[in-house]
Amino acid sequence: MYRLDQNQIPIVTALQAVHDQRLVPFDVPGHKHGKGNRALTELLGERCLRLDVNSMKPLDNLCHPVSVIRDAEALAADAFGAATAFFMVNGTTSAVQAMILTACKKNDEIILPRNVHRSVINALVLNGAIPIYVNPQIDSRLGISLGMSVADVERTIESHPNAKAVLINNPTYYGVCSNLPAIVQLAHRRGMQVLVDEAHGTHLSFGDNLPISAMAADADMAAVSMHKSGGSLTQSSLLLCGPRINASYVRQIINLTQTTSGSYLLMASLDLSRKVLAKNGREIFEKVVNMAEYARSEINEIGDYYAYGRERLNGDTIFDFDSTKLAVNTLKLGLAGIEVYNLLRDEYDIQIEFGDLGNFLAYLSMGDRIQDLERLVSALSEIRRRYKRAEADLLSYEYISPNVVRSPQEAFYANKIQVPLEDSADRVCSEFVMSYPPGIPILAPGEQITDEIIRYILYSKEKGCSLTGTEDIDVNKVNVLVE
Amino acid sequence: MELWFSEKHTPHVKLSIQVDRQLYSGESDYQRIDVFESHEFGRLLVLDGYLMLTEKDEFIYHEMLVHVPMAVHPMVKKVLVIGAGDGGIVRELTRYDTIEQIDMVEIDKEVVDVCRQFLPFTASKFDDPRVQIHFQDGLKYVRHFEDAYDLIIVDSTDPFGPGEGLFTREFYGNCYKALHTDGIMVNQHESPFYPVDAVAMQRAHKRIVESFAISRVYQAHIPTYPSGHWLFGFASNCFHPIYDLKAKEWKKREIKTRYYNTNLHRGAFALPNYVQQLLEDVEHVDLV
Repeated sequence: MYRLDQNQIPIVTALQAVHDQRLVPFDVPGHKHGKGNRALTELLGERCLRLDVNSMKPLDNLCHPVSVIRDAEALAADAFGAATAFFMVNGTTSAVQAMILTACKKNDEIILPRNVHRSVINALVLNGAIPIYVNPQIDSRLGISLGMSVADVERTIESHPNAKAVLINNPTYYGVCSNLPAIVQLAHRRGMQVLVDEAHGTHLSFGDNLPISAMAADADMAAVSMHKSGGSLTQSSLLLCGPRINASYVRQIINLTQTTSGSYLLMASLDLSRKVLAKNGREIFEKVVNMAEYARSEINEIGDYYAYGRERLNGDTIFDFDSTKLAVNTLKLGLAGIEVYNLLRDEYDIQIEFGDLGNFLAYLSMGDRIQDLERLVSALSEIRRRYKRAEADLLSYEYISPNVVRSPQEAFYANKIQVPLEDSADRVCSEFVMSYPPGIPILAPGEQITDEIIRYILYSKEKGCSLTGTEDIDVNKVNVLVE
Repeated sequence: MELWFSEKHTPHVKLSIQVDRQLYSGESDYQRIDVFESHEFGRLLVLDGYLMLTEKDEFIYHEMLVHVPMAVHPMVKKVLVIGAGDGGIVRELTRYDTIEQIDMVEIDKEVVDVCRQFLPFTASKFDDPRVQIHFQDGLKYVRHFEDAYDLIIVDSTDPFGPGEGLFTREFYGNCYKALHTDGIMVNQHESPFYPVDAVAMQRAHKRIVESFAISRVYQAHIPTYPSGHWLFGFASNCFHPIYDLKAKEWKKREIKTRYYNTNLHRGAFALPNYVQQLLEDVEHVDLV
């Protein structure tokens, strides 16, 4: 089913050959195979340091690949069903930014859901494009934002016919998928490109009972976090492009901000992980889905917790569900998701991915073992026994529709002053206010601050969410535009 | 010809026992299992390279985990044993005719099968009608019970490997829930001597102290375990291991033991100063 031989690992093979050649290094990096930094070598191991080399003739060059990196990228494109693929060494953030910088420029409109990653809005600060937000629907029982409804996207496309692209967050952090094929069709009919933030969906290309992947749905570009479900090293990622995209232009865009010293540790991990996914992905993700289904049924048996799955499908804003995700609602327990997150960490030595006001997410992957799931389930059962509270005092999560009065770029660079958060109502914010996790902006540069927003920020703080983005580290003050 | 089994007790210390021959070697879903015949210690059970028991000194360990709680609790009827695939704990428990039910939960069926075949001196009572063996994760099993047992005995491997989940707060909390209000939990508690073991010992103690009102540690001398100095945990919300010791009643049972006696019972809770200090360092509350 693949055009190329997916057993090949060109970067890894070349790297091993270079390693075995025992070259005398009169090039960077200056640690010289670790000999110049014994402490680091002790920490990471000699092999790791010996493989940390710079671009050279047999290893190709990430900025202008002509041999092994080009071959490895072709293999990745083949594995993911894309026309072209780019190895990214500055995280999926850089892949998302490359998509946006490719698809639009200053004053172009781009349609996107509010629950995008901050990297998306950062990209708009870079290129001056104007965000047109689609309000993601909310599941009021769970208090989470969902996918985009096809009707909402259609309406937005009709009212902004000149928009250059539609960006979709698919799947969301919680595993919710939109009706990707329908949205792609709508956008393409209007000549708009479809960009998919597929950070949480690397595995979608490699499973039998998983939601459709961006490339399979005929999207134009997709940013894929190989280091999440794909198993590669943190910060390594892929940018996938469909057949309508001019790959040389994308390469130019990537080179605007990409390092000229791409890490071979990261690239080798991408190369090797792609092979594993292509060869064993189906088996691996079947196992992950089974573990997740098992955990869901055990957690739901405890009582009060709600580990949700495909029963939430509604044909539109929850068009499909990524069953590898283990998201659990905690509201009936009387505890916020972030409180359960903290209890698991502080009391039970269990680190989970994130907690928000009403939910937490345990990230499952190819590296999990059933006995570790037993620990998670048992700890949740104990947390219920020891900490269950009355349901009442929880404020349910509300989507606050942003009022964009300036472009993110204008607002970011405008003259601004710092005011106390409590006194900031009606001003135009010039910076982000993020609640992290889950990393969805409450305010972005150029948006009007309201009393409702201020209350929500204070509440998130009180619940222990980490608030970031503002110049004032404690988020007691915000920067607003000088009127 | 000399054939030796060696186990590293620290990266720089090892114990070697000359063996006559290897009786069994196999890989289960959870671990590697080996059985050796030795000159000095009789048969050895080794899991993942760690010595679990020897024929010669296993009685110390098993007697100390069973008779200490049995001499405190006046009427144990229902016992849950976690781990203990070699059968030593079950063997000691079946000597009490007042016990009505023994549930043993062992994750690895192959350990039980191998012990039945090669370690008849411990695996002798699996067929007692009161004994029910459940092959599953102990953490999972215990989660489903509330107010169900008089005594829980945790005979785990070390906290690195399949036994990992049995050294956690969620496990001890679930045991608390599974016990009657006057129940007792005893557990294998690692050694205080070498630093890595001592840290595991402290972590376990901290987690138990957080879960039970009374949590005391006692000791025994086990020649083949790292440093030879081994600890056990006694936890309850009702009984104190010394004040509530029923020495006369226990003696009346006329159970013949080789290591345990009620004087030793009291003495076993008298710990060296450095061990007391290690324990106090992780206790938040003053204990009785």
